[in-house]
Formats: sequence, C-alpha cells, structure tokens
Amino acid sequence: MIFRKSALAVYALLILIPLLVVVLTSVKTLQQTFANPLGIPEGGLQFSNYVNIFQEQTMAGYFMNSAVVTLFSVSLTLLFASMVAYGITRLNNWIGNLLFLLFTIGMMVPAQVSMVPLYSLMLDLNLTNSLVGLILVNISSTLPIAVFILTGFMKTLPKELFEASTMDGAGNWKVFTTIVIPLSLPSLSATAIFLFVMHWNDLLYPLLFITDNAYKTLPLALLEFQGQYATNYPMLFTGVIIASAPMVVAYVFLQRFFVAGITAGAVKG
Amino acid sequence: MKISKSIYMFFIPGFILYSIFFLYPTVSALFYSLTDWDGFSPSFQFVGLDNYSRAFTGDSIFLKTIGNNLKFMLVVVIFQTLVALAFALIVLKNTKTTIFLRALYFFPTILSSVSVAFIWSFIYDPSLGILNQLLELIGLGFLTQNWLGDANLAIYSLAITQVWFHAGQMLIIFVAGLQAIPQDLYEVAKIEGASKWQTFTKVTWPLLAPSATIVVAYTTIQSFKAFDLVFAMTRGGPNNSTEIIATYIYKVAFRSFQFGYASAISVIFMVIIAIITYLQFKALRSDRISY
Repeated sequence: MIFRKSALAVYALLILIPLLVVVLTSVKTLQQTFANPLGIPEGGLQFSNYVNIFQEQTMAGYFMNSAVVTLFSVSLTLLFASMVAYGITRLNNWIGNLLFLLFTIGMMVPAQVSMVPLYSLMLDLNLTNSLVGLILVNISSTLPIAVFILTGFMKTLPKELFEASTMDGAGNWKVFTTIVIPLSLPSLSATAIFLFVMHWNDLLYPLLFITDNAYKTLPLALLEFQGQYATNYPMLFTGVIIASAPMVVAYVFLQRFFVAGITAGAVKG
Repeated sequence: MKISKSIYMFFIPGFILYSIFFLYPTVSALFYSLTDWDGFSPSFQFVGLDNYSRAFTGDSIFLKTIGNNLKFMLVVVIFQTLVALAFALIVLKNTKTTIFLRALYFFPTILSSVSVAFIWSFIYDPSLGILNQLLELIGLGFLTQNWLGDANLAIYSLAITQVWFHAGQMLIIFVAGLQAIPQDLYEVAKIEGASKWQTFTKVTWPLLAPSATIVVAYTTIQSFKAFDLVFAMTRGGPNNSTEIIATYIYKVAFRSFQFGYASAISVIFMVIIAIITYLQFKALRSDRISY
C-alpha cells in the first residue's frame, strides 16, 4: 500500500515539478535563473518577461493566426467528416465500405510521407504563406481519423430512425441536419476536442508552408524564439505559457471531455 | 430500402479535399521517388530505382536513421506501455484522488511538442538543468551527464521525454479497458484461491489484450511520427545521433533539395510502418481470448 502510494506521488511530482519550474522561471529574470535555476529569487518575482514578449514579438498576431486556423480547421473537418460518415452509414454497401477504407487508410500514413510532393503542390497552387492553405491541408490531414470515429458512432444509431424519416418525405440533408447531427453530439464533441488539441499544437505544416511572420502560428513562432533567445529560458517559458494557456484553461473546465476526446482519437485501428 | 442518389453529394467536399491534399501527394511521392527532381527545376530525369539503391547501399546516415528510429521506438513502446499499465492498475477505481491523479498524469498530452521540447531542454541542460542538480543534491553527482549533447545518450533522453509526454494518454486507455472487465470474473478467481499474479495473467491480461493492442500500435506510430519533438529538441543532432526517418526526410528535401531522393525515403518509411503495424496486430490479436 505504501509502495503504491509513493509510486503515485513520485509520478505526480514528475509531472508537477517541471510545470512549476516553467511557471516560476517565467517570472524570473535571466540573471536570477542563472544564479538560482530552481529556487524563488531573492529580488522577488517580476512580470517583465510577459511585457517584453508582447513588445518584442507580434504575439497577438501569432495568437490570432493560431485561433483562426484552429477554429476553421476543426469546424470544417467536423462538418465534412460527418457528411462522409453519414454517407457511408446510409450507403451501407460495398461502395460505402470502399470509401470508408479509402478515407481511413490515411490514418496509417504519417504526414511526413507526403510532405515533399505536398510542398510543391502548395507552391503551384500559391497556397504557401496563407492561412487558407494551412486550413485546407489541416482538414485533409484529420479527415481520416474524424471519419473513422464518426462512422463508428453513426453505425450504432438505429436504422429505423433514418428510414422512418425518409418515408415521411425528409430528404437526406434534412435527416442529416435534424436527426443525425443532434444525436451524434457526444461523438462530435469528443472528436472536436481531439482535433482542437492537434491543430492548436501542430508544428509540421506551419513549418513547411509559412515563412512570413504575418501568418505564423504559435508553435512555429515558439520554435523560432529558440533561435532568437537561445537559452533565455525565462522568455521561452513565457512563450510556452502564453501558447498553452487556452488549452490549459479549456482542460481545467472540460477535463472529462478531453479525456474522452483524446482517447477516442487514440482508439484507431 | 432504396436511398436517394443525393447521398453521393455528402462525399463531395471531403472527397475533393482529401484527394487533392492527401491522396494525390501520397501517390506522387511514389512517382517522384523514381526521379532526380530537386523540387524547383521545371525538368527532371527518370533514374529508375537508383534512389532506393542509394538509400540502402550508399547512404550511411539513412541506415543510422532507421537504427535511431528503432531504438527510440523500442524504449518508448516498452517504457510507455509498462508505466501506463502499472499505474492504470493502481488508479483503476473511481475515487476523488484517482480521478484527480488521472487528470494530472494526462496533462502533458494537451501541450504542444514545442512546449514539451523547451521544458525538457531545460531539465536536461547540463549546467542549469533540474536533472543534474537533483543528482548532485542526492549525492549521485557522478551520474550527471550532458543528456542531449552526448551522441550515445541523446536518443534515449528524447525517448524518456516522449514517455513523459504521452504515458498519461495510454494510461487512460488502459483504465477504460480494465474497467470494462466484468467484476464477477475476479470474484470467481478469488473463490478458486488464485494468487494476485495468477489473477493478472489468467483474467486481467487476456481480457486486456484489445486495449494493449491499441496502446502498442498507437505508441509505435507515435514514435515514428515524433518529428515535432525531435526537431524542436535536437534538430537530429549531435552528429545525426537523434535523426529519425521523419526529420531526415525533411532535411533531405528542404535543406539539400533532393526531392526525388526524399520521396524514395518517404516510400520506404511508409513500407516500414505498414510492416510493423501488421506484425503487431498479428502478434497481439492471436492471443485474444473471450470468456
């Protein structure tokens, strides 16, 4: 029993200590960090890093870019994926199965496999240094997992439901919007959270397609702070906190849904 | 019951985007892998399978990269699965404490790879870092290392970071799998006088196999996709010792502009992942038991 409790405590500290160090370092100066990397500094805490990072960087711009890209990527992925999932569920034949296979095969292929041709495609389409380009690529990269989760869910809905309303003269679009979407809300919200975390944190696509500061998202901006601030950890950690804040706040309030969502995303295969 | 043809309309937006931005580039990777294209010139030559033979016989960095990826994968899969399973067994019951702890263990999963990379670069920092300071503090100063600067050590330091990052997520999957096991099986085992170990090997483990399959398969794929973390922490260095296939493809394509060759490596990458996934499913599915 004691062994178990101490194991739990050790793991908890392994998570907590690094996080506390990040928060503490962000309110210290570089000199204070060098003098005493882990302790509370003698001169007291200060928030100048937060002021400086907003003055030295276009943080608000990066933040907006991340927000716009994430919001559109998540909502459009959900819309298009639930339409595909509904189509597959209603078809319920070999064409549906084939389409399901075609869409979900994308889960097995890491993004790095297609990044080279994708890059030249984006150049040809003039979609580099563009938030629209980023959103389009994001949608296609997460369609497979979203189709997989949503089809799995929609197949559990009773068929009679669709058939009864079709008999009542409702077209497919009406059945989709008034019956299937409301009933799929638990699955949709779980998928939404999974997608939010993925798109908010993604580095690869911005790294490939964005070079102009005006279109950079937070993870890419953060990565480049490394070149600028080197081992100025107080500044780097201030950036980390600002970039993580929305996810952390959401996690504190919607914790149950996060766990369900990210687990749904993991259960693929 | 006949359904209206309008159902096909539902596939259109998804299918168009998916074809343009996923299927087309993936298939054209196969095509470009047979060329010497640099990514920018209007023309290129077909070179047959030259890129593939170069990868396996003329490029020692690529072979090293595969080795690094396997080392990283093995450490991550073994440690992450064991840690997740061991702790899932402890926090299995729903109490206020266990629910809080699960949420805490899960927390790193919501951070970005870049953030995790910064946090762990600080932990591993040879002079400022928590790890070396802690070792000094408890009298184990002789164990201090340059965790990310030592070419023999760096890939394992990265693997530990990956475990810290994602073990909580796997723990949650195990908890879900464990909670789905019917309680009466444990009661029967108890009545029959089974030891704790017997109960685990005869009841828990066989019924946990589906969750274990998911955890191992997902962890493996994740370890191959660890581009963000590796790129942000070491950029593949020192001396290519943490170069994994994904970061190497990026360098070959976007640092030395050999798109044809990078495409060939991408295709090999895809094949490696397909083989590993297939083997895992075969190994883990075969001992599945239902009661």
